[in-house]
Amino acid sequence: MPTIVVEVMPKAELLDPQGKAVAGALGRLGKTRFTSVRLGKRFELTIDGHVDDAVLAEVQELADTVLSNTVIEDVIGIHVLEAPAGETH
Amino acid sequence: MRIGVVTFPGSLDDRDAARAIRLAGAEPVALWHGEHDLHGVDALVLPGGFSYGDYLRCGAIASLSPIMAEVISAANSGMPVLGVCNGFQMLTEAHLLEGGLIRNDHGSFICRDQKLRVESALTDWTGGFAAGQEITIPLKNGEGGFIASADTLERLEGEGRVVVRYVGMNPNGSLNDIAGISNMRGNVVGLMPHPEHAVEPGFGPDTVDAMRSGTDGITFFTSVIERMLVSA
Repeated sequence: MPTIVVEVMPKAELLDPQGKAVAGALGRLGKTRFTSVRLGKRFELTIDGHVDDAVLAEVQELADTVLSNTVIEDVIGIHVLEAPAGETH
Repeated sequence: MRIGVVTFPGSLDDRDAARAIRLAGAEPVALWHGEHDLHGVDALVLPGGFSYGDYLRCGAIASLSPIMAEVISAANSGMPVLGVCNGFQMLTEAHLLEGGLIRNDHGSFICRDQKLRVESALTDWTGGFAAGQEITIPLKNGEGGFIASADTLERLEGEGRVVVRYVGMNPNGSLNDIAGISNMRGNVVGLMPHPEHAVEPGFGPDTVDAMRSGTDGITFFTSVIERMLVSA
């Protein structure tokens, strides 16, 4: 069954306290080459049947209205996940 | 005078809100998120808590609940609606109020008695205060940082829609120290601090007079009752 991936990130201009906390931990581990961390969300939507333009349009709409809040987040990517190797259709 | 309090899965402060409504002199009506019925109430409170475990985003799944269709329609036709904390988050997710709430800038949950300045006494929920009055009510949140675009902020400030502002310290990184805002009409108000936790002597914030004697929160509820009596 095909899976559609939607990726959402906090808006770049907003503080990302979760990312900052992770960056702080990396610093404490001595991983100083990483100057910042930003932390977002990945949704995997599995559907019955095949992915067509109508499905992708519906996912786009859901991404903009439910999966993200455009006041505080951006949808940065929507793509169809490749079937894992060995899976047959 | 009947004021509904909507309970969502994960609501915490619905009983406290109902108690505040009763102490203020109205009849609280328990409403359930899964219904499409406001039971003829005159006003509504969306209480604090962690609806749906704050999954997806705080207040996001609750804002899609069956009863929210009725809440949105009632709010748009002028019914007074107060959103406290998680309720404020729901109001922004439902687009009844602008802006959004993000994780506190310091990354930690914060719980304290918070001083606020009432910036607008023109809303349905703050008419009993004087503009500029300073009050203290409890604040408890992990994601209370109010944010909005520069344009939206300017409009909220210019239109007098900042209802309460943090005084003394900004507990969560909210832009312009904003603790609560209203819609244009002033019937929909959302704020992060909790008026319903400062309504009865002995159980409120400390004051200079006595420990736990603060009851500044009750005025939100008496204000809406007075407003409804005037318009009745």
